[in-house]
Amino acid sequence: MTDIQININNKTYPTATKPSIANLELSLNSNEFICLVGPSGCGKTTLLNIIAGLDNDYDGEILVGRRHTHPKIGYVFQNPRLLPWRTVRENIELALDRPQPPEVIDALLGAMQLTQAQQVYPERLSLGMSRRVAIIRAFAVDPDVLLMDEPFVSLDAPTARHVRELLLKLWQQRPHTVLFVTHDLREAVALADRLVFLSATPMRAISEIIVPIPRNERNNELAIEAFRQQLLQHHPEIKQLL
Amino acid sequence: MYKQLIKFLNITGLTWFVPLAKIAAGENPSLQIRQLWLVMGVPMLAFMVFLGLWSFSASKVNTSLGAIPGPVAVWHEAAGLLDDHFAERAKEAEYYQRQQARNEQKHAEDPAAEIKVRPYNGQATYLDKIFTSLYTVFAGFVIATLIAVPLGLLCGMSPVFNTAINPLVQIFKPVSPLAWLPIVTLVVSAVYVTTSDSWFEKSFLTSAITVTLCSLWPTLINTAVGVSSIDKDLINVGKVLRLGWSTQIKKIVLPSALPYIFTGMRLSLGVGWMVLIAAEMLAQNPGLGKFVWDEFQNGSSNSLGRIMVAVFTIGLIGFALDRIMQSLQNLFSFGRAL
Repeated sequence: MTDIQININNKTYPTATKPSIANLELSLNSNEFICLVGPSGCGKTTLLNIIAGLDNDYDGEILVGRRHTHPKIGYVFQNPRLLPWRTVRENIELALDRPQPPEVIDALLGAMQLTQAQQVYPERLSLGMSRRVAIIRAFAVDPDVLLMDEPFVSLDAPTARHVRELLLKLWQQRPHTVLFVTHDLREAVALADRLVFLSATPMRAISEIIVPIPRNERNNELAIEAFRQQLLQHHPEIKQLL
Repeated sequence: MYKQLIKFLNITGLTWFVPLAKIAAGENPSLQIRQLWLVMGVPMLAFMVFLGLWSFSASKVNTSLGAIPGPVAVWHEAAGLLDDHFAERAKEAEYYQRQQARNEQKHAEDPAAEIKVRPYNGQATYLDKIFTSLYTVFAGFVIATLIAVPLGLLCGMSPVFNTAINPLVQIFKPVSPLAWLPIVTLVVSAVYVTTSDSWFEKSFLTSAITVTLCSLWPTLINTAVGVSSIDKDLINVGKVLRLGWSTQIKKIVLPSALPYIFTGMRLSLGVGWMVLIAAEMLAQNPGLGKFVWDEFQNGSSNSLGRIMVAVFTIGLIGFALDRIMQSLQNLFSFGRAL
């Protein structure tokens, strides 16, 4: 997988007076888990939509390797956005661009503990389950970048933690470059290799911090909390963002 | 099993039987009997009152064909029409039997003799006419759907196309079938030349096309609304997954608009059935419309009763068609309420 470079000079909505995003530069190393942390409404979703190719009205460039192309995207939206007339399995099948042996989906369903629910329609799923289906759908694309837009925001803490652990496990089995948006610092520390802090509008990157906690320690709430406290102490600029 | 039965009754619109099923399953009987009274007893009572009023007032009005028939007279006419049907069918069977016997005899006398089987030329019975009407309305409705759904899709997806076609829709939508009919009749006569082995009669084609012209609009409009009101988030899912446009339509747009399309089709079929009777009267398509017209022209003492039978038949079939469409609509809504 190739490294991806994102440069957005300016993104201004037609109705707005000032830009939403200005001079944002972001480079993604392959198979790196990056958390974008910033205040609500600062333009994180706009950024993801630009990367996903859903919003093409901006000044800037996205480079995959050295080429100007749109990367292949897996997108976990804030709402799971499952098609209500398709079962869990059919929703995932939608993401496959060509027919694949059933084991491909079976493996993903198993990893997200959804094997039992594969024939169920989305309206019967709990919030946590539908998030997990959305995650599988994004992985099934085998994307260059996985975009995740606060996927756990409406989940209660234990469910969020459960889904987070499943996500990390799946990601370790199938490494992908991930761009994960959140405004929850604890969640970000638990997930990320690298944290990118974003300012309020116009959005730009303020600071980048590598999370030194080893992968096998990410279940350790104490280690995560300790690093969070340390961050808040040493980087006062972060405090204002949260 | 019991839950499935309740679900089936609800989907098919046979909600009257839900309390019965629940009583049978032993659910709180007094509550269910109250429900039963509400869903079955009250409408029945209202119907009884209607019959009473009808019976009382009918005898007060005298027409050139005698008094307006009451419920009992109409019931007798209905039974008579049904008897006629079976009598006619018996005559037909007899005719073929006789013919076969004759042909066998002929064959026995002279094996080289030419054997002809002549079709029975009896009168169309009331049931035959009902069938003709259903067949005609169905043909018109299918053509209307085949035109309206693709057009509606285009309207829903392209604002430009929608703007282009909208004035035409608004102008043609309120036109009465009686205004279309002369044009359709002339066009069909000019374009379609019938021979002895033609598939359709002209009268059938004229009626069906008139039904099409009048019933196409609700489906078109509803499809367009259904398509244009699709959740943009779901469209974005398709975009992110890089589905081709045909896949996008097949897998996201159509299923999402399906409940609207079915609502439109249900309205269309209702309009079509209403229009059909008028069209058949004027186009002389041998269905229920022609039956009513013929009875009106005929002017015998039981004509009024027969027309009343036709009125009830038309109403009941319209009701049944609506229920069938409603069931289909429920089936394809995936539990989404419209």
